[in-house]
Amino acid sequence: MNTQRSDVLFAIRNVSKEFSKVRVLNSVSINLRRGEILGLIGENGAGKSTLMKIISGIYQPTSGTLVYDGKEVDIPDYITAKSLGISIVPQEFNLINTLKVYENIFLGNEMRGPHGLLSKKMMRDEARRQLSRLRTKLDVDALVSDLSVAQKQMVEISKALLLNARILIMDEPTTTLTGYEVSVLFNVMKELRRQGVSILFISHKLKEVKSICDRVAILRDGELISVEIVDLIDEAEMARKMIGRDFTQVFPPKRDTDETDEVLRVDHLKLAGLSTANSFRLNRGEILGFAGLVGSGRTELFEALMRLRPGDSGEIYIKGKKVVIRSPQEAVNYKLGYISEDRQGKGIVSDFTISQNITLIALARYVSHLLINKRAEIEKSEEYVKAFNIIAASPKMALRFFSGGNQQKVYLARWVETEPEILIFDEPTRGIDVNAKKEIYEFIHHLCDNGISCIVISSEMEEIIGLCSRVYVMREGKIQGVLKGKQIDEEHIMFLATGIKGRIEDEQ
Amino acid sequence: MNNDRQQPNRDSNPFSYFRNFRISDHPTGIGFILLFILAVIVGWPTFLQLRNLTNILRQISYTGIIALGMTMIIISGGIDLSVGSMTAFVGGLTIFFLNLFPSDSVSALILASIFAMAAGAVSGLFNGILVTKGRIAPFIATLGTMSIFRSLIQYFSGAGNILSNNILYADIGSGVFLGIPVPVWVFLIVAVILHIVLENTRFGRYVCAVGANEQVARYSAIRIQIIKMIPYVITGFTAGLTALLWSSRLNCINPSDCSGYELDAIAAAVIGGTSMNGGKGSIIGTVMGAVMLGIINNMLVLGGVSSYLQQAARGLVIIVAVLLQYNNKN
Ligand SMILES: Nc1ncnc2c1ncn2[C@@H]1O[C@H](COP(=O)(O)OP(=O)(O)OP(=O)(O)O)[C@@H](O)[C@H]1O
Ligand SMILES: [Mg+2]
Repeated sequence: MNTQRSDVLFAIRNVSKEFSKVRVLNSVSINLRRGEILGLIGENGAGKSTLMKIISGIYQPTSGTLVYDGKEVDIPDYITAKSLGISIVPQEFNLINTLKVYENIFLGNEMRGPHGLLSKKMMRDEARRQLSRLRTKLDVDALVSDLSVAQKQMVEISKALLLNARILIMDEPTTTLTGYEVSVLFNVMKELRRQGVSILFISHKLKEVKSICDRVAILRDGELISVEIVDLIDEAEMARKMIGRDFTQVFPPKRDTDETDEVLRVDHLKLAGLSTANSFRLNRGEILGFAGLVGSGRTELFEALMRLRPGDSGEIYIKGKKVVIRSPQEAVNYKLGYISEDRQGKGIVSDFTISQNITLIALARYVSHLLINKRAEIEKSEEYVKAFNIIAASPKMALRFFSGGNQQKVYLARWVETEPEILIFDEPTRGIDVNAKKEIYEFIHHLCDNGISCIVISSEMEEIIGLCSRVYVMREGKIQGVLKGKQIDEEHIMFLATGIKGRIEDEQ
Repeated sequence: MNNDRQQPNRDSNPFSYFRNFRISDHPTGIGFILLFILAVIVGWPTFLQLRNLTNILRQISYTGIIALGMTMIIISGGIDLSVGSMTAFVGGLTIFFLNLFPSDSVSALILASIFAMAAGAVSGLFNGILVTKGRIAPFIATLGTMSIFRSLIQYFSGAGNILSNNILYADIGSGVFLGIPVPVWVFLIVAVILHIVLENTRFGRYVCAVGANEQVARYSAIRIQIIKMIPYVITGFTAGLTALLWSSRLNCINPSDCSGYELDAIAAAVIGGTSMNGGKGSIIGTVMGAVMLGIINNMLVLGGVSSYLQQAARGLVIIVAVLLQYNNKN
């Protein structure tokens, strides 16, 4: 055997996968080398997660072989994969909400003391050690249901690292993390690489792939396009190979809005448990940004506005008229919409089909003589499938079998279907490929052209800067200031979001 | 985006359903057919006689009617253990009510029927309020009302039979229309109505959504409290119907009647493919589940198996049914 060969820890050879006769992977061959970080990119539905699930024993390939350490292996289930040292941090969380952090980390691998009973102390200590390795301050006794999405992500990663994995698969681990958390994660990944762990890293953020990976494999429509050395390829080229044509992320030109045409004003909204009040306003046809670090209270603010969580809602004016919103139903009646950042937990009904998901809120419109007009429902959803480029093997398939990005599009469609006047997007492009992202940006602009006013909550700096004409920045549950026009840049936003280097004067 | 990738299969060919038909998608239907064939062979020729078949249907219709309501509750993510006691309770009250009228009054029959359904619905509403407004886990809340209903009817009756004075009352429960017993008619009619409610109304869709993921439903501006409450009212209503049919068939109610109905109702729903985790299930499945339980009973009776073993057989069927569904999922 030559050295080149033994360099390879794991090989995927001619792997194909079909789901009920629909081919989603077509004879894919990839070599994973020892101690490398291999990026895996591709559009939503390209088959990235499916490929990773095959490696980690969750799915079986329809044909093809897997070679581990030079030997052909069969990975019939998840447990076998784990015993081989293959761990996955899945795209959709796999945590048990009613258990504590450390219990989740050790689920299935509980530590036992000398008498065969569970040793909670050992597990707590080890869990703390794992989390501190990830520079995460987290109470190991906290319930998972009380954690933020980013914290849950860290628990997932600790769980995967626990078993001294030789191959670590990370399916879009950074989508829910802030810049700081991403850099911490990347340090951990580099450390693991130094220890000889091979990492498969899936991301839609090409910049991250460029900065952390050694090589990158590009999938398109279930086919491997090529494997490139990262130093020899730039982001535009990656996008081009992924999509199959030239691509650059450009934002539509920013919008001018009439500052006097106010559609929403919120005065002195207080979050539960906080004494500080928040006031802001939104103009017609505007794209208003809400920036801040994860946990800065943006989601809480708008959930309180929608009456999805308690809080003192202060005074709310819609188109100049004072209104009182007592329930989410009333908020929808006032033509408000809120698209949650937590697609799995609060967004989609994963057992429902596309059409059932899309019409969920606006269902009343499809009812005549008490009965749902299913044909109209399906026709409408087909319109959205076309308009949003939603890719599904079959329209009757439950949403749980859709790729993450396509689920997100279905979720957006549900709220657009309510014909809102004010639409709040909480992290709208989380887990969405570069091309679909562009489609969503264009779509938000399109909504604004039609007189809908949009609020975009985003932790992605580029998105806020490229999309919004005004930006509120929050920190610790309080709006710190508003930025307009040329002020909207990374520096100003970071000042307000972190409070470091003093504050910038509010120009209003 | 290039549009030559996998196109959603949109053929409107009516045969596409059959082309895409996969046996593994219909475990209940397959189980039903297999069991039926088995019964025909084992019980030849008695089983296939019309009399025997109507008899099976009549026997299962009492718990079957309740199972239909129970299916809605389970899909919404709840459970109701009180239905058996509730049936006896409502049945007793109905006879008390009926006895207020002259013994040959026809209008009393009509009033008593309405009374039974209303009393059932109110009892169900009581469960629903405990579960939603009271925020008590459905299992616990209905375990409590199970004792309450039972004990109340025992108290009211002085632990003896409650006899009806009305000479016409028995005609309701033992009546036959077009060769089919009245309880079977009621079972079928309620099944059709609830099937339509579940599959084709907004309420039905929301019941599934709440059962599948309550948070998602809340974030979709669905009134979860109401959606969770109504299935209990529906189930109370079905228990009221059964109370009427059962008490009128015997022309009396014994305060210990109908115990164990909750288990049969839950079993029928589960055999019919309703997920105990909520969010998934069908009325057609429950109808098949109820009939399957009836067929098994009938086979055991025809085969002369000890009645003590019949419960064991029923338990076995429930376990097999759930195993089949579970394995089908993976
Ligand atoms: N269990 C399943 N049954 C049927 N089809 C499936 C199943 N799992 C995945 N698919 C289909 O396979 C295709 C690839 O999905 P996959 O999740 O691998 O995409 P992905 O590249 O990870 O996309 P994303 O970036 O959106 O996460 C999709 O069209 C999806 O609908
Ligand atoms: Mg994926």
